[in-house]
Amino acid sequence: MSILIDKNTQVVVQGITGGEGTFHTEKMQEYGTKVVAGVTPGKGGQTHLDVPVFNSVEEAVEQRGANAAVIFVPPFFAADAIMEAAAAGVKLVVCITEGIPTYDMIKVKQFLKDEDCNLIGPNTPGIISPGQCKIGIMPGQIHTPGTIGIISRSGTLTYEAVQQVSLQEFGQSTAIGIGGDPIVGLKYIELLKLFKADENTEAVVLIGEIGGSAEEEAAEYIKKEFPKPVVSFIAGQTAPPGRRMGHAGAIIAGGKGTAKEKMAALEAAGVFVAKSPADMGAMVKKALS
Amino acid sequence: MKIHEFQAKGILAKFGVPIPKGEVAETPGQAREIASKIGPRVVVKAQVHAGGRGKGGGVKLANNPEEAEKLADEILGMKLVTHQTGPEGKLVKRVLVEEALDIDRELYIGIVIDRATESPVVMASPEGGMEIEKVAAETPELIFKEYINIATGFRDFQARNLGFKLGLQGNTLKQAVKFLLALYKAFESSDASLAEINPLLITKQGDVLALDAKMNFDDNALARHPEIKNMRDFSEEDELEVEASKFGLNYIKLDGNVGCMVNGAGLAMATMDIIMHSGGMPANFLDVGGGVSEESVKSAFKILVSDKDVKAALVNIFGGIVRCDMVANGIVKAARNLDLKIPMVLRLEGTNVELGKKILEESGLSFSAASSMKEAAEKVVPLAK
Repeated sequence: MSILIDKNTQVVVQGITGGEGTFHTEKMQEYGTKVVAGVTPGKGGQTHLDVPVFNSVEEAVEQRGANAAVIFVPPFFAADAIMEAAAAGVKLVVCITEGIPTYDMIKVKQFLKDEDCNLIGPNTPGIISPGQCKIGIMPGQIHTPGTIGIISRSGTLTYEAVQQVSLQEFGQSTAIGIGGDPIVGLKYIELLKLFKADENTEAVVLIGEIGGSAEEEAAEYIKKEFPKPVVSFIAGQTAPPGRRMGHAGAIIAGGKGTAKEKMAALEAAGVFVAKSPADMGAMVKKALS
Repeated sequence: MKIHEFQAKGILAKFGVPIPKGEVAETPGQAREIASKIGPRVVVKAQVHAGGRGKGGGVKLANNPEEAEKLADEILGMKLVTHQTGPEGKLVKRVLVEEALDIDRELYIGIVIDRATESPVVMASPEGGMEIEKVAAETPELIFKEYINIATGFRDFQARNLGFKLGLQGNTLKQAVKFLLALYKAFESSDASLAEINPLLITKQGDVLALDAKMNFDDNALARHPEIKNMRDFSEEDELEVEASKFGLNYIKLDGNVGCMVNGAGLAMATMDIIMHSGGMPANFLDVGGGVSEESVKSAFKILVSDKDVKAALVNIFGGIVRCDMVANGIVKAARNLDLKIPMVLRLEGTNVELGKKILEESGLSFSAASSMKEAAEKVVPLAK
């Protein structure tokens, strides 16, 4: 079992004919993801990587039954691509693109209020349900099917967590990068609710970082409503205030959003907080023993 | 991106936000000329990217053009130290010479993006001239907020509500509403991440003006605002950080002596953290990013080793988009070109890891390899001591 995606998910790749789109579509196909369509406006009618290319997501949905979209288009066109997919009735949109202006994302979130569509990202490695479906750019081979759910604001740090969990001989039910931007689609709480309902998920690893208050909000939810064990690591314990640490959303602003505050909130909610990033896997073992 | 006060005021004026009369001077003579034109009483303000300029002695009142010249002479060329500059201070190269106004009240106005509600928020407070973080911590009830629905924009009633809560009335209230709407327009139209007027001035005549102005911008949107992008003052930034940004690298100098080079911001922060947990301190944050090339790996190395505080370095690459063999090639080439002297611990993982390790082993260079983050940190920290 898994959340959001499984072996039946049918994916349309927006920006399939570009460099990134091509490279990662091939990798997704190798992993076994069902890529049913591609979209590049103006290139409709072509075939790319054995996949039919359409001018619009609407056509891809109508003719190929796509129910998930992954976006590899440049930052200034990405907000439009998300809205196009949502308007076409796609239920899950994964936006890989990094560097989308914040204002564009505010408009996207406003637009999505009227649509039945879940957004993951932007600025995310994507989502994977090991052995079933991978929608994104993560290295498939480090994942193993299993019972641990992973939610993270990071890319490569998620891979680190996945590998540690795999080395402890727990696999992953689903691993999701929610994105490193200040404004993203699904956040911790929505995903924790899905993991709560997923019978196959025994525990969740929640990887946070400095900036914003999403971890504190998640801690409140976990305390009140989440019955499964949660392990957490917060990156940026040594980050200076007022500086943006790579991710647009990773900044301690006005003394708020420090790792210390987040770790304290999670600990108070009964979460197993790993102080060192090397201890995430061991902490999962401890939480489940 | 940050800009200077005079640049922010230039943008605001274009949107109809009232600002005091003033001009920029780079010499004391110019300051005198400006004061003769708009004075006689003027305020001479140091233009550096830092708050607290007044307390640091960078803002002074002149009663006549001669005094303006004398004060400009004192301020220009000084190393202004404030709570935001660090002990080394910032060199003042320009002053803004502005008409001195009769102050009745000083208020606070700020616009930021609120991450929790995913909307812009306009904040107002009667506590003008104070640091807003301090007001938020001590007297949060004195900060009034209006959240903006992006579809409909900042409405008149919202601006009026803020004005009434600030205790304004009559013509001053009308002016304040106009001021707020214009300020929001400037914020929205320029993809700003912050527009702060502190203080907002109410003159004895009841007029409303931006006495100070601070604007920051969303770096991701700068490409659609070339006129703002051109305002970037590289001399206000750390030299190595500027150099790194030319190669698309995220680099931030820190106080420790263990250099690190990592792919991905989260893993880069986690690497800094594990260096601390292993008894060392990181010398920098350096994220080589997603779409990294062999060239950018080389540049990253150059930047890393040109920091004299770096005594040892940890390279932590978890391949995803980034292939380990490409990273290995970049490291080997850079190490040969740069004649690297500092000890280095490498940890490569992920896509094409075996190929990457092989390239490193066959390079003949003396790197120390680690197979986990923990091992890498434990190896590198003693090397830096």
